[in-house]
Amino acid sequence: MATETNAADAAQGAAAPGMPQLDFSNWDHQIFWLMVTLVVIYFVLSRIALPRIAAVLAERQGTITNDIAAADELKAKAVEAEEAYNKALADARAEAQRIISEAKAEIQTELDEATAKADAEIAEKTAEGEKKIAEIQASAMESVQVVAKDTAAEIVAALGGKADAKTVNAAVANRMKG
Amino acid sequence: MATEKGAEEGGLVFHPMDQFIVKPLFGDGPVGLFTITNVTLWMALAIAAVAALMILGTSRRAVIPSRTQSVAELAYGFIYKMVEDVAGKDALAFFPYIMTLFMFIVFANFLGLVPMAFTTTSHFAVTVVLALLVFVTVTIVGFVKNGAKFLGLFWVSSAPLALRPILAIIEIISYFVRPVSHSIRLAGNVMAGHAVIKVFAGFAAIAVVSPVSVVAITAMYGLEVLVSFIQAYVFTILTCVYLKDALHPSH
Repeated sequence: MATETNAADAAQGAAAPGMPQLDFSNWDHQIFWLMVTLVVIYFVLSRIALPRIAAVLAERQGTITNDIAAADELKAKAVEAEEAYNKALADARAEAQRIISEAKAEIQTELDEATAKADAEIAEKTAEGEKKIAEIQASAMESVQVVAKDTAAEIVAALGGKADAKTVNAAVANRMKG
Repeated sequence: MATEKGAEEGGLVFHPMDQFIVKPLFGDGPVGLFTITNVTLWMALAIAAVAALMILGTSRRAVIPSRTQSVAELAYGFIYKMVEDVAGKDALAFFPYIMTLFMFIVFANFLGLVPMAFTTTSHFAVTVVLALLVFVTVTIVGFVKNGAKFLGLFWVSSAPLALRPILAIIEIISYFVRPVSHSIRLAGNVMAGHAVIKVFAGFAAIAVVSPVSVVAITAMYGLEVLVSFIQAYVFTILTCVYLKDALHPSH
């Protein structure tokens, strides 16, 4: 039993410190399977995988180039649109300015007209008033003359004189003048 | 012997290299050329993973990619750009070949990180073949494209004439050391990381140490994820550098 274990240990001990890598008896085996593996991987890569990936990468490059061109085009369009917008904005501003000044001028004319009309009305009213005042003055003068003549004639009569209408009139007129 | 046995019963059993043993999947017989072993299984899984990412992932050929397709395109762009930048435009003919190397190494490395997995790239048999494939390809391409001018790679024309023979010897040695360093770098990194994780796991048998051990394994695992990618990257970019030497040998 003991010797058996020892023998097994010895066998293990012989295998363990040595490198299995330097056991040349299985090199032919490893090299054979390595060559098989390399050939298979080579054909898998060169026949299927690499052309496929190259095609995908080329396609992607093409797509990216196209997309960049499209993006440039859109960018130019956007710049154009912005210019148009700015131009429209400037036009609208100028138009608004024009409308404002027109409206101002119109309002000014209307105002002037209304002022002139009001002035004319005021002048008319004034003239009318003056005329009325003149009329009233004239009629007052007349009344004063009549009253003065009557009064004078009465006074003369009361004083015992004989009132001569012509003389009275002349005296009143003379007085009134001055 | 008794003390040794006692130590083992105490729980400290280290077999960090057992994970690299090539075993038949069915039966216990010797490993022949066509035997189905764990090597076969994990290489087949690598093929399946590459196919799943690169074929199933891109099957919709979407202009706006899904997540899997994005990863596939990322891998494609990563290697394509590397070949173009490092080795030049005329090296793009070798792009499928370099892509094959990269995809195999990166997937073999990552699949090796699955617990209980067998890591095919931890074996020198695999990495030596990969490195020799690159070495032979580069040498043949160098001579075919440039003829005898390819030997100018070893004749440093910018150095003083007296130094040139010495430099030529150094250059030739470094040229032939390339496949050695190329292969040992990959297998060594992968193997060392996995072995260290196994050693930490062995310490976990001691109850007091086990929390530390778990933390250490977690940290190593994170490092190994990095190493898996970086080694695949390094292998690929060195391939590109060697290819550049073959296509444009002038110093």
